[in-house]
Amino acid sequence: MSTVVQPVSPHRRRRISRRLGAAGPLTYVGLALVTIISIFPLYWSLVVASHDNSAVAAYPPVLTPGTELWHNLTRLFDSGEVNVNFWTALINSAIVASVVTLSVVFFSALAGFAFAKLRFPGRNALFLLVIGTMLVPVQLGVIPLYIEMVHLGWVNHLQAVIAPNLVTAFGVFLMRQYIAGSVPDELIDAAHVDGCYTLGVFWHVIMPAVRPVAAVLGLLTFMTIWNDFFWPLIVLGPRNPTVQVATSTLASGYVEDYALVLTGTFVSILPLLIVFLFLGRQIIGGIMKGAVKG
Amino acid sequence: MQSPVTGAPVRRIGIRGRLHQLDERWSPYFYISPFFLLFIVFGLFPLGYTAWVSLTDRTLLDHSPNFIGLDNYTALLHDSYFWNAVENTLGIWVISTIPQLLIALGLATLLNTGLRARTFFRMGVVLPQVTSLVAVALIFTQLFSRDYGLVNYMLHFVGIHAIDWEAGRLSSWIALSVMVTWRWAGYNALIYLAAMQGIPDELYEAAAIDGAGRWKQFIHVTVPQLRNTIIFTVIISTIGGLQLFTEPYLFEPLKAGATGGSDRQYQTVVMYLYEKAFAGTQFKFGYASAIGWALFLLIALISLVNLLIVRRIRTAEA
Repeated sequence: MSTVVQPVSPHRRRRISRRLGAAGPLTYVGLALVTIISIFPLYWSLVVASHDNSAVAAYPPVLTPGTELWHNLTRLFDSGEVNVNFWTALINSAIVASVVTLSVVFFSALAGFAFAKLRFPGRNALFLLVIGTMLVPVQLGVIPLYIEMVHLGWVNHLQAVIAPNLVTAFGVFLMRQYIAGSVPDELIDAAHVDGCYTLGVFWHVIMPAVRPVAAVLGLLTFMTIWNDFFWPLIVLGPRNPTVQVATSTLASGYVEDYALVLTGTFVSILPLLIVFLFLGRQIIGGIMKGAVKG
Repeated sequence: MQSPVTGAPVRRIGIRGRLHQLDERWSPYFYISPFFLLFIVFGLFPLGYTAWVSLTDRTLLDHSPNFIGLDNYTALLHDSYFWNAVENTLGIWVISTIPQLLIALGLATLLNTGLRARTFFRMGVVLPQVTSLVAVALIFTQLFSRDYGLVNYMLHFVGIHAIDWEAGRLSSWIALSVMVTWRWAGYNALIYLAAMQGIPDELYEAAAIDGAGRWKQFIHVTVPQLRNTIIFTVIISTIGGLQLFTEPYLFEPLKAGATGGSDRQYQTVVMYLYEKAFAGTQFKFGYASAIGWALFLLIALISLVNLLIVRRIRTAEA
């Protein structure tokens, strides 16, 4: 485990470009092809969502969007028509993902601050322990976790999917690396001289300084929680679903209503697509930073 | 930072000073405690408790389960459905991980050039990662459907007729591995790209002086320099791939049974765990816990084998 990749300086970037030369036309063709393959399934969900089921079964297949999107959306949100309450699902997912995101950012920054800037016996060992937990496939403990939730009375309640995710090892790691690399000790010493307690230092010095990485961590956390499926399926189920559980429930009818299923799918990915369109650069930065630790 | 313990100060330490000392001494533990508390309560304890439950015949809310020793594990060893699930999981894992990582390496090489519109192409490559597993599974299930699926429509142009992807063993594995590869290749490409940018130019220059072309540079400089990153991605794909659930679970026409097709042709280990514990009315928590621990061992074992193979390659090279 070493460091987060440092941002490439303009000087270095020039050298890389010179080394590799300009990309040839084949590179562009290849990447354009991959981009199309990336986009197509998402485009396809819109195509199916905007037709009725007879068009879905048409031969040859219809490849362009139709006019039935609004009709399918009305069906999706009409609780008489479908087997699951999609409004509830959207609101539930928004609540769960927001609460978890705020909490992960806050507690990760707090722990990252302690690991990066405070001295205490056992610091390095405890930090290694944090990293070690990332290798434990905790999902395999779902059965006792479920028993725990039964005892707590949390089955079918949102806190069952919120509580286990309130702080992550990945978040602590990311914050620790960022704070260690970008907040100068002098700034902290100065705050100490001014009589700040460590909590004051955290609030007045660290929190403002971590804003950029907090945004990245927040985005990645929100995405992960919004997309989570296995545990919500088990502990919530279709009666008080998240959006992923609701979407999968649409597909469990006896008649294959592809138009409706893919309308739900399209609605479920739309919020993240919009976020990705505006903040894609940050998400990419987060993936690349978080990954390089081997 | 002042050290709280250095020598006796000339001035008397006031209450404020004492509070500062206490603060510096103990607050770090307080700040890192949320992580450890949550991990113990919702991660470590359940995992350990799984070991205990797996030694009992517990069902859902049975408050007095009987201790039955290793009976669940013995039964598991003779359970053909379990071995079938192991075989499926390993098969799907192999045919999705290898293409996925090779494609990722190729993509990273394409991205690691003096590109125009660099951010656009990176976004294009990583877009599938934003898409939820559920969405991927549902969209591709439609694309792979026998009668109206676009995949079969495209294949008929080359003379292949209406494959029932879901029904066959190999065909269902292929469909599932396409889903996995589509979602993860771009993510791994970004990881490789980040590592490639850290390779010192001097290595390429030296190789070029030695007369190595593009391909030789890739094999003799890029790949060895990425070794640690490749290990990292292989282990991550192992942990993820062996816990495959959402795609095969939603690939089934009726999403309730978790049997992985009528002949269990694509039931994975986690699906089998889910089937025993939560689907239907069995609620065999003890048995399902044994499945969980068996999978845990399998993941540890395969990660270890991966490490050994990579280390072998390393020593062979050196």
